[in-house]
Amino acid sequence: MACFLVSAAEAAIVTVATQIVIAHENKLLPQFKRESEADEHKAKKVPFSRKLRLLSNLLWGGSFLLAFEHVWHGEVTPWFPFLTAAGSPADTAAMLHEMSTVGVGMAVLVTVVWGAMMLVISTMEKKTLQPVLVTE
Amino acid sequence: MTLLVTVFAAIICTVLWYKKAPQDEMNIRVLCYLYWGASIMWFVDAIYEYADLGAQFFAPAPIDLLNDLFLGLSVVALGLIVWLIVLLVKDPRGVIKGMFQKK
Repeated sequence: MACFLVSAAEAAIVTVATQIVIAHENKLLPQFKRESEADEHKAKKVPFSRKLRLLSNLLWGGSFLLAFEHVWHGEVTPWFPFLTAAGSPADTAAMLHEMSTVGVGMAVLVTVVWGAMMLVISTMEKKTLQPVLVTE
Repeated sequence: MTLLVTVFAAIICTVLWYKKAPQDEMNIRVLCYLYWGASIMWFVDAIYEYADLGAQFFAPAPIDLLNDLFLGLSVVALGLIVWLIVLLVKDPRGVIKGMFQKK
C-alpha cells in the first residue's frame, strides 16, 4: 500500500547524514591527505561517507522502483491524497499496519545487507591496510 | 515473478559492473543500486506473502504470473531509462558536451 515510504524516509535521513559526514571529512582533509601521501601506492581506506552513500543509493533505488509498482497497482495516484488507502480510515489503518510490518522489514533488511557488506569491506581493509602513523 | 525478473537484472548488472571494476565509465553501479535495492525489498514482500499464503504462493494463477512478468519487465525498462538519464547527464565521455561546443 505504501511500504516504500518507510525505505524512502530512511533514505532521506541517510542522505542528510551522508552530507554531515562529508562536511566533517572535509574538515579533516589535511590529515587524510597526509595519510594518503605517506605511501601513495598503498591501498586507501574507503571513507565512511562513501559507505553511507551506498546505503542511501540502495534505499533510493529500491524505493523508486517500488513506488512505480504501487503506481502500477493503482495504490499511488498523482492527485490528493496521493495514496488511495488514505481515502478511508479502515484502509488507512491497513496501510499503516503494512508500513509497520512489511515497510520496516524492507528498510531493516536493506540496512542489514549493507551492514554485512561493510563488515566484509572493513575486514578486507584490515587485512590490506597497514596502520599509518600520523604526527601532530 | 517481478522479484525473479529484478533479481536476474541485478545479477547481470553486477557481473557487467565487475567486469570493468574499479572503472565504471558507464555508471553501471546505478543499475546495481536500483535493481538490488528493489530486489531486497520485494524479497521481504515475498516473505510476508508466503507467510500469508503458504505453499499456494508458489502456484500463482497464469494471469497473475503474466501480470507480474509484465510488471517485472516494465521495472527493468524503467531502471534502464533512469540509468540512461544519469549517463547522459553525467556524460563521462564528454560526447554531449563536445556536440554543444562544436556548435
